[in-house]
Amino acid sequence: MRSDLLADLLQHTWEHLLLVGLSVTVSILAGIPAGIACARHATLRRWLLGFASVMQTIPSLALFGFLIPVPWIGGIGTRTVVVALVLYALLPILRNTVVGLDGIDPAVRESAVAMGMTDSQMLRQVLLPLAAPTILAGIRLATVATIGTATIAAAIGGGGLGVFIFRGVGTVDSAQILAGAIPAAILALVADGGLAWIERRLSPL
Amino acid sequence: MATAIQFRDVSYSIGGRDILSHLDFSIERGETLVLLGRSGSGKSTALKLVNGMLRPTSGEVQVDGRSTRQWDPIQLKRRIGYVIQHIGLFPHLSVRRNIAVVPELEGWPAGRIAERVAELLESVGLPEAEFAQRYPRQLSGGQQQRVGVARALAVDPPILLFDEPFGALDPITRVDLQNQFLALRHRMEKTSLFVTHDIREALRVGTRIALLHEGRLDTIELASEFPQASTLAARQFLACLE
Repeated sequence: MRSDLLADLLQHTWEHLLLVGLSVTVSILAGIPAGIACARHATLRRWLLGFASVMQTIPSLALFGFLIPVPWIGGIGTRTVVVALVLYALLPILRNTVVGLDGIDPAVRESAVAMGMTDSQMLRQVLLPLAAPTILAGIRLATVATIGTATIAAAIGGGGLGVFIFRGVGTVDSAQILAGAIPAAILALVADGGLAWIERRLSPL
Repeated sequence: MATAIQFRDVSYSIGGRDILSHLDFSIERGETLVLLGRSGSGKSTALKLVNGMLRPTSGEVQVDGRSTRQWDPIQLKRRIGYVIQHIGLFPHLSVRRNIAVVPELEGWPAGRIAERVAELLESVGLPEAEFAQRYPRQLSGGQQQRVGVARALAVDPPILLFDEPFGALDPITRVDLQNQFLALRHRMEKTSLFVTHDIREALRVGTRIALLHEGRLDTIELASEFPQASTLAARQFLACLE
C-alpha cells in the first residue's frame, strides 16, 4: 500500500514535470523571438502583448474547456493541456523580453551601431546578454505559475499532481489533496530558487 | 593635403523639419575640424551623416572620395571611430573586452588583440595591469571616456568622430582629456571631426572651426583666426571668452 502510493506519487510528479517542462520550453522558444520582434515593431508589440494579456485573463479551467473542441490542438489529454499552459506562460516571457530590450541604454545601442555591428551581432553580443536577467526573471515567473496551473490538467485527463487533488476533492479526502498540493508547492519553490540562482549568476551588473 | 571628408550641398530634414541646410565644406586629411554650435544647431546630426548612421535628405557626404551611399555601411563604420558624450561602453564586458570588440569583429588573432589592447590602454593613460579586468561601472567618468577613446581607436581607423566627448566631465578632468587628445593627435595621423558647444574646447583642440547656426554653416576659419570672426553667431560665442 505504502509503496503503491509512493510509486503513484513519483509517476504523477514526473508527469507534472513533463507538462511544465514542455510548456515552458515551448513558451521560451516562441516568446523570446516574438519579444525580440515586438521590441522592433510597435504594431506587432501592441497585438502580441494584447493577445498574451487576454489569454492571461481567461480562467484556466475555462481555457481548457474552450480548447477541447478546437480541431488539431484540442481534445482530451496532454496536448490540450500543453497548449493552454503555453498560452499562459507566454505573457511573462514575452513581456520581460520586450522590457529587457527596451531598458538598454540608448548610448550602448548607438555605439554598437557605430562600431559596424550587424543586427545579429548586436543582438547576440550586446542586446541579449544585457536583457538576459530580465528575460530570465520572466521565465522564472512563468515556470512557477505553470507549476501551479498544471494541477488543473487532471480535469481534462492531462495527468500530473492535480490527479491527487481532484481525487481528494471528489472524495473529501484532505490527505489526497495534500499529496498533490505539497509536492507541487515544493516543485515551485525549488524551481524558483534554482532559477533565481541562475539569474544572479547571469546578471552582468 | 588630400580631402578626407566632403560635405556637398548636404541637407537633412526629418518630419518636415530642416535640421541641416546646404552644408558645403571639406575636412582635410590629418586635421581636426571642430563643429561648434549651440544645442539644436544640427552638429551631432552632421557627424552621423559621416559614418552613415543617417543619410542626407539631399546632397552627399563623401568619405575618401566616395559617397556614403556607395560605401558598404559596415565597412564605412569600421573605418571611422566614434566617441560620444554618453560613452556607451558595454556594461557586461570588461575594459579589455570592450576595447577588443571591433578587432574581434574584424577577426584579428587573439595575440594581436591582446597586444593592441595593452598598447591602447597605455596610450590613454590607464595601466593595463590595473584597469584591463575592470568593468565600466568600476571606473570614474573620465576613466570611462578614456576607455571610450581607446575603443574608438582599436582598429586604427583613419577617421575619428567625437560627439561632445568630454561634455559630461568635470572641468579638470575635461582639460586633462583634452590634453590627452592633443597628445594622441601628435602621435597618430588621424582626421577628426569634433563636435562641441564649448568655444574654449573648440579653440584648444581644433585646427579649424566650423560654426553651425540653425543648421547652416555660419563661419569656417582656422582656429587661430576664429577670434576675429565677425558674424553675429560667432561674436556671441566669442563673448563667452570674456
